[in-house]
Amino acid sequence: MIEVKNANKHFGTNHVLKDINATFEDGKCNLIIGRSGSGKTVLMKCLVGLFTPETGEILYDGRDFAHATSAEKKKIRQDIGMVFQGGALFDSLNCEENIAFPLKMFTKMTRTEIKERVNYCMDRVNLVNANKLFPSEISGGMKKRVAIARAIALKPKYLFFDEPNSGLDPQTSIVIDELIIEITKEINATTIINTHDMNSVFEMGERIIYIFKGEKNWEGDFTQIAKSDNKELIDFIFASNLLKRVKDTF
Amino acid sequence: MGRTFGRVDKWSAFWSSVIREIDKLGMGSIVIVSIISVFIGAVISIQLAVQIDSPLIPKFTIGFGTRDTVILEFSSTVIGLILAGKVGSNIGSEIGSMRVSEQIDALEIMGVNSANYLILPKIVAALIINPILTLMSMILGILGGYIACISSGLLDSDTFIFGAQYYFKPWHLYYSLIKSIVFAFIITSISCYKGYYVEGGSEEVGKASTKAVVNSSISILFWNLILTVLLLL
Ligand SMILES: Nc1ncnc2c1ncn2[C@@H]1O[C@H](COP(=O)(O)OP(=O)(O)OP(=O)(O)O)[C@@H](O)[C@H]1O
Ligand SMILES: [Mg+2]
Repeated sequence: MIEVKNANKHFGTNHVLKDINATFEDGKCNLIIGRSGSGKTVLMKCLVGLFTPETGEILYDGRDFAHATSAEKKKIRQDIGMVFQGGALFDSLNCEENIAFPLKMFTKMTRTEIKERVNYCMDRVNLVNANKLFPSEISGGMKKRVAIARAIALKPKYLFFDEPNSGLDPQTSIVIDELIIEITKEINATTIINTHDMNSVFEMGERIIYIFKGEKNWEGDFTQIAKSDNKELIDFIFASNLLKRVKDTF
Repeated sequence: MGRTFGRVDKWSAFWSSVIREIDKLGMGSIVIVSIISVFIGAVISIQLAVQIDSPLIPKFTIGFGTRDTVILEFSSTVIGLILAGKVGSNIGSEIGSMRVSEQIDALEIMGVNSANYLILPKIVAALIINPILTLMSMILGILGGYIACISSGLLDSDTFIFGAQYYFKPWHLYYSLIKSIVFAFIITSISCYKGYYVEGGSEEVGKASTKAVVNSSISILFWNLILTVLLLL
């Protein structure tokens, strides 16, 4: 479980996160949704410690991350897997080496054990015949898969995805979403996903936090969205005419 | 920047990075350094020969002058500036693009000290390889001078070799190697710094790599003067 308490973050005079309080649960896909520029990525980067909020606490199963010493941080980080918006694969390493990287850095596994784990992770995300290819040689969807495989290599307890579907076609998006759900259940991870993909919201929104201009404006699950009378949320979710019509049929 | 010199996460990974960087920074520069050294060495000796066209000055001075110019200034400073251009832009854009594509963030998330992991091997590799390149440049520069003098008939072989050995001060060699080590540190640390702190997109990466070259070149010129005053005067 990850908890955020009273987190505030400014960039200069720009107050990006305003007193955010939230809880992200184990074994569930926790979604952070909101318009472009609302602060989703900043919130996620605060959660994983790439940014430090000026006030507030970030608790990983009770362990305070924001004020941890660097040794404690390092320990927590080995339980974190993150998939960045663009994949952030190391472009000097091929797919296989990318996935093996955390294993080589942080475990005492032998070469064969690493190889086995890499193959397992690649299988898990349905990557075939990509072992020796470099990131520049594969498609966006494959990059996402390699990034997911790398993120799960160390069997993390906490998984973060920053817009896992951006730049993917709707079918591939669904495949990736399903993969994320499966993996979350399988390892009982605390999974946090930034998204503005409506499909994902209804497919995996077991817990949803809606960020509006840096504030937590609403929370709940996808079944509660249509019943909600929160104007900002409704405008955001049912932005297109098609979806508006769908909503009216509820 | 302090984190660059922090504890290494995994030594085996560190040393294999150092080897890779030596290969990339050093081996990648051997050809250009060799070509420039031979040609400039040749030109230096010919220019000296043209200037020393007086019966009062012994001919071996050409060998002597070529040696001293190459060892004192050319091989350390000029090669330093060339490497600032080549290696500086290379490092600046490599680390800069890792920053903008979030690869550095990805390292941090895993718990890797990214500054240490990416930058330290480059600095160590340059500290090892730059004096070696400089030494090689000295040998090739003097050889270039020798070939130019002999083949153009300006001087005979024995006289050049006598001149090249005449009144040799080992301290000059050490002075030059010390400079090359300092320049190696300047080039790699400035370029890594510029790349590491890029913000924005690919345009900023380009700017950072230009800044890496300009700033390291200027620093080299500045430290060249300081070290010369400190070590030679
Ligand atoms: N490194 C930074 N320096 C300064 N301001 C920043 C920085 N990162 C984000 N911001 C600002 O914080 C605000 C929120 O940005 P953020 O990236 O979190 O949006 P987002 O919700 O992730 O949007 P998107 O859906 O487009 O990714 C923006 O106004 C942005 O300008
Ligand atoms: Mg974002």
